[in-house]
Amino acid sequence: MSDLTQLDIAGARDALGKGDCSAEELTNAYLDAIHEADPLNAFITVLPGKAVEMAKESDARRKNGEAGPLEGMPLGIKDLFCTEGVKTTAASHILDGFTPAYESTVTRNLWDAGAVLLGKTNMDEFAMGSSNETSYYGPVRNPWRLEGDDNALVPGGSSGGSAAAVAANLCAGATGTDTGGSIRQPAALTGIVGMKPTYGRCSRWGTIAFASSLDQAGPMTRTVRDAAIMLGAMAGHDAKDSTSINTPVPDYEAALEGGVKGLTIGVPEEYRVDGMPKEIEDLWQRGVDLLVEQGAKVKTVSLKRTKYALPTYYIVAPAEASSNLARYDGVRYGLRVPGDDITSMYENTRAAGFGAEVKRRILIGTYVLSAGYYDAYYLKAQKIRTLIAQDFKDAFEDVDLILTPTAPEPAFGIGAKTDDPLSMYLNDVFTVPASLAGLPGISVPAGVSDKGLPLGLQLIGRAFDEETVLRGAYALERAAGFTGKPDAWWRS
Amino acid sequence: MAEAESKLVEGATGPWEVIIGIECHAQVASKSKLFSGAATEFGAEPNSQVSFVDAAMPGMLPVLNAYCVEMAVRTGLGLNAKINKRSVFARKNYFYPDLPQGYQISQFDLPIVGEGEVVLDMAEGITRTVGIERLHLEQDAGKSLHDQDPGLSFVDLNRSGVALMEIVSKPDMRSAEEAQAFLKKLRTIVRYLGTCDGNMEEGSMRGDINVSVRKPGGPLGTRCEIKNVNSFRFVGQAVEYEVGRQIDLIEDGGEVKQETRLFDARSGETRSMRSKEEAHDYRYFPDPDLLPLELADDFIETIRASLPELPDAKKARFVEQWGLKPYDAGVLAGDKASCYYFEKVAEGRDARIAANWVTGELFGALNKLNVEITESPVSADHLGELVDLISDNTISGRIAKDVFEIMVETGDAPGKIVEEKGLKQVTDTGAIEALVDEVIAQNPDKVEELKEKPKMASWFVGQVMKASQGKANPAAVNEILAKKLGL
Amino acid sequence: MLARIAIKDDEVPPLVGELNQILDWVAQLEEVDTDGVMPMTSVVDASAPLRADDVSDGGKRDDVLRNAPDAREGHFTVPKVVE
Repeated sequence: MSDLTQLDIAGARDALGKGDCSAEELTNAYLDAIHEADPLNAFITVLPGKAVEMAKESDARRKNGEAGPLEGMPLGIKDLFCTEGVKTTAASHILDGFTPAYESTVTRNLWDAGAVLLGKTNMDEFAMGSSNETSYYGPVRNPWRLEGDDNALVPGGSSGGSAAAVAANLCAGATGTDTGGSIRQPAALTGIVGMKPTYGRCSRWGTIAFASSLDQAGPMTRTVRDAAIMLGAMAGHDAKDSTSINTPVPDYEAALEGGVKGLTIGVPEEYRVDGMPKEIEDLWQRGVDLLVEQGAKVKTVSLKRTKYALPTYYIVAPAEASSNLARYDGVRYGLRVPGDDITSMYENTRAAGFGAEVKRRILIGTYVLSAGYYDAYYLKAQKIRTLIAQDFKDAFEDVDLILTPTAPEPAFGIGAKTDDPLSMYLNDVFTVPASLAGLPGISVPAGVSDKGLPLGLQLIGRAFDEETVLRGAYALERAAGFTGKPDAWWRS
Repeated sequence: MAEAESKLVEGATGPWEVIIGIECHAQVASKSKLFSGAATEFGAEPNSQVSFVDAAMPGMLPVLNAYCVEMAVRTGLGLNAKINKRSVFARKNYFYPDLPQGYQISQFDLPIVGEGEVVLDMAEGITRTVGIERLHLEQDAGKSLHDQDPGLSFVDLNRSGVALMEIVSKPDMRSAEEAQAFLKKLRTIVRYLGTCDGNMEEGSMRGDINVSVRKPGGPLGTRCEIKNVNSFRFVGQAVEYEVGRQIDLIEDGGEVKQETRLFDARSGETRSMRSKEEAHDYRYFPDPDLLPLELADDFIETIRASLPELPDAKKARFVEQWGLKPYDAGVLAGDKASCYYFEKVAEGRDARIAANWVTGELFGALNKLNVEITESPVSADHLGELVDLISDNTISGRIAKDVFEIMVETGDAPGKIVEEKGLKQVTDTGAIEALVDEVIAQNPDKVEELKEKPKMASWFVGQVMKASQGKANPAAVNEILAKKLGL
Repeated sequence: MLARIAIKDDEVPPLVGELNQILDWVAQLEEVDTDGVMPMTSVVDASAPLRADDVSDGGKRDDVLRNAPDAREGHFTVPKVVE
């Protein structure tokens, strides 16, 4: 039975199609694996009953000849997506007991494609974090550990639960959301593939909002092919989301094998930051070499305002978050802590319901929007954002893809950075610029660190050119040949 | 037409000038809400017209209602205002239980409509031009009930998300009358255009009145905002009270504090409101869930071409085409349905008589019955017939009023009533002569008195009218009496 | 305070320290010349999509009230607000 969990999405699609196994068998195999993986704390809610029910329905559909593109595929869903009738928490105490009466568009698309819901994966509270240590439900442990070392490592964040689940074969694939790197960075730290599509490619309706102008849903999978398959099902225009783009969804899987011959890969000089670990630099160079071997051309490009991307992000995102999170007030859903009057009820509820990082960001966000500071902070940041987007646009005149490391370091120890918020923010240095510009980006596992932990490389593409991004990623993945899987220490 | 002069208020230390600006919230007459598809009908069961978007559930997003955009542009054109081809929706952030999102989606830097103006008819020949600063679209909040329970407030979100047009005037009004006239004019305009039903009792139109006082020629005083005034009468009362309060306060050596106040209809006073957001820092920023609104030229022109004749133009035409007095023309132009009714009555008849009957007897009857002209028991055709009967002397004006009363009660045609009740005017001079002779014969003493007091003639007229049950043609009576009495 | 989050007295100093650190760091944006640059209002280069004025939603009171901590007689309730 545990063999079945070794199948990736493409493999399972094959097996299910040939009748080598049923969706029910596949789902049960994953449920067993999840059951044995408590130490990872990758899931907040597991739904054995519902999963099996959905799997049975899938098998029935297949019998009727109605198989969809993800028919029978058991998936982990980040607990930021509202799932109808299923508790949804955003990993926050303030949403205690909240059960949505509606389904997010992205997950609706997945169920319509035939997929099966295994459970809701753990994450940083309200998607704010880079290590999955801010969850009300406890931190997620990276399935990867240092050789001969029991210490738990972070899986990255905010989609740490989804990343860990995919890396530990607890699901065939998982959804994540990416605001400043929350899909790509944990993918790099756990040795899997994670993609953030162009802003507007996937609908945000029913996805709990963190920073509205940055949030995007995306697939987290074992392979690039799997990411293409999942993205094809997740993406699409949604009239209920005014920022959702009305262009058709191409066949991403068909675009994979185009190869990189004739493509120009840009290497941005500003990403070579001071103090960059040698192993990251080496991996980056190796990535360039691999793509050149495949027939690509390389060009150095300049993204002039790169160093301002992180501070810009840490103004814009908290500002939007401070407003988006105002609705969590104990009136209509979630936690309510009583107060003598309405104001103390609000204050008590939010003080008890939000964790420290969320509070920090709400306060920063409130501050940068307040009278007297709006121009110097928020307005300034939005102007710099225009410049950052322009930098990319200019670079893409000369190149088709941009290659960078995904994260500045491999997975670090749980608790290692929690005392210093600023040092935590620096984890997003390579991923944030593409978020600010709304461009598609993917992380591909490309090697290991000196100590044997996975490292990822990021490819960034033009807006709505996911096909080229996937094509480049597919070539890189095959050339890099990373096949590492962590030892399943959690089963003992 | 002359521009009105500021009416000054006399205080203990001399005259004061009153400066008034109004922010009017007019609910768009749309079927669904500004950013959600829930219904907007008044009076529904609590929380039955609430979508997940209106309830600000996690992950919900706004989508703009095209009809509301059209109505805002239409209203802007009716205010002679500039339409902004590019406008942006912004979040106004504050906490209140009837504001589920914790912010209101409104417009800040770039509203959909810019500057315009409205002309008010104050008295015969006097106008006041009030500038319009802007018009923008925004969400209404829900409703809180504070008297259902001693320790709790109840919240109904039916109204949450309904589309409002906020129309901001420049501080150009100088008296309570002008404030009332402004709101009445706005109401007329939006009802003409069909963009809002202007029903203040149901709350579909409300005004926030900004009042300050200053010595004529002096610097502007601190203003207070009187929120959510929902009747014309209250507008007048609230302004009067507030002006008095501020003048007294300053003359006693105090300072007017800038604050929000509520008008208490029972006491006729304004009182300070505990502020919704103590710091009043709304932290406006463009709503990242929405894209900027871009309007094409032909979109705007199509709306402009579809505008009906507006009140001012109609009034001018009534004066010119029908020869009405400006005041009567103004009263009729105040309501599109009244104009339509009037023009039906006036067609082919003496327009002034028609205007008199419509604005006089008919409006009086409608007021008493508390119905709109669209539900008038007397149809325009019937009223027209009545006017005909007067014009061709079938009945006298006096009798016509009686007939009209019966028309109101029964809805019958005037001709039928006159026939049935035998009310035809007596114009037969022979018959009148006989009556006059009789009255003269029966009242010799009065005839004697008449020689001293010629004005007693009217008594005789009255007697003859009585004797004829009011049916005698008054002009004929006068003529014959004069002959017989040697007047 | 504007964010409606109660902060205990002893939480204030470390919080202020953290916030100041972050604000000092983001202040480096002042270095950038942004004269004549339009602020980005949306990454999406399009204008507001519009929907028709149809009643297509609402009429689901039970769903709307279902998660409320204290709903009574078809209303949400909160501690009494004094205006």
